[in-house]
Amino acid sequence: MVIYGVALLAFCMLLGVILGELLGRLIGIEANIGGIGIAMLLLVLLSGYLKQSFRLGDLSEQGIHFWSAVYIPIVVAMAAKQNVIAALDGGFIALVAGGLSVILSFLLVPLISKVGR
Amino acid sequence: MEFFEILESVFVKNGLITSFIFVGFIVWISYFFSNRFTKGRLHGSAIAIMLGLLLAYVGGSITGGKNGIADITILSGVGLLGGAMFRDFAIVATAYGVKLEELKEAGAAGVLSLLIGVILSFVVGAITAVAFGYTDAVSITTIGAGAVTYIVGPVTGSALNADSDVIALSVAAGLIKSMLVMISTPFVAKSIGLDNPRSAMIFGGLMGTTSGVAAGLAATDPKLVPYGAMTATFYTGLGCLLAPSVLFLITRVFFA
Repeated sequence: MVIYGVALLAFCMLLGVILGELLGRLIGIEANIGGIGIAMLLLVLLSGYLKQSFRLGDLSEQGIHFWSAVYIPIVVAMAAKQNVIAALDGGFIALVAGGLSVILSFLLVPLISKVGR
Repeated sequence: MEFFEILESVFVKNGLITSFIFVGFIVWISYFFSNRFTKGRLHGSAIAIMLGLLLAYVGGSITGGKNGIADITILSGVGLLGGAMFRDFAIVATAYGVKLEELKEAGAAGVLSLLIGVILSFVVGAITAVAFGYTDAVSITTIGAGAVTYIVGPVTGSALNADSDVIALSVAAGLIKSMLVMISTPFVAKSIGLDNPRSAMIFGGLMGTTSGVAAGLAATDPKLVPYGAMTATFYTGLGCLLAPSVLFLITRVFFA
């Protein structure tokens, strides 16, 4: 059943977000720490486990694949609702602060990739 | 004219459905453009994201609102489709099929990139603030936090009681960062070796802006999305933890 896949996905997301909130409170900040990352790990672990113990049918996999496939359209919608005006209103200082941090972070990707190799 | 009123009310009542047509149309135009004029060299999704940002600018200038094109009433569904709930749900879905070994293999480098990413962006933002004449630790910290992400900026600013215009500036810096990552990632991907799960995790940890990383990787190679998103989702939380505490205390040592 398609809904099993969607439900599993929803379960992982909510559990992850709850754990992320709890982690934030534990450290004493009002922010979600890695809730979605935790949810992704949960999905990887749970779907692996479920596949071994009892087959997660092809149909319920479709429930997850659909949401994975509409990822790009969702990201396009996300781009279309950004506050572009506010970003440009920040003027030169916002451009320098944001731009430099992006450029330097790009440059570090190959460096850190080498670490521990 | 009554017909147009009916049309409008149907679009508004079924906002999410309307947004499917709207986004479908943007994606279709973008892929057409990509194949026809760039022979697929510039990804259709990269063009779609840029087109989305352009429309967000248009929407923002027409309405004066904060939600880009979604502030136009008949397109309000775009706000729901592109909001954090669906975005995060789809991000989690991309993790299906990811191999645990790959995550483990790059785990340590991912954590390292998170720490370095937050601190680097903060320092760059703080130095920029000083270069533009800010001298108090609170403003410098807030602008530094804004260069981390547009959420860390206001969280830090309100924790430290920063001026509202400084907080607005920190949000702007974070938004610029996020949009630059969205647009520029596909162009630099090759030269920074962003073509495997490991470098994607490091990229996510260094950049950190979830929306920027999500869109940037989608426009580069959708297979890399889960790896980058995995680390990026820890970034804002880590920034909210470090910026108003340790990083503020260090800043205060230099700027009383």
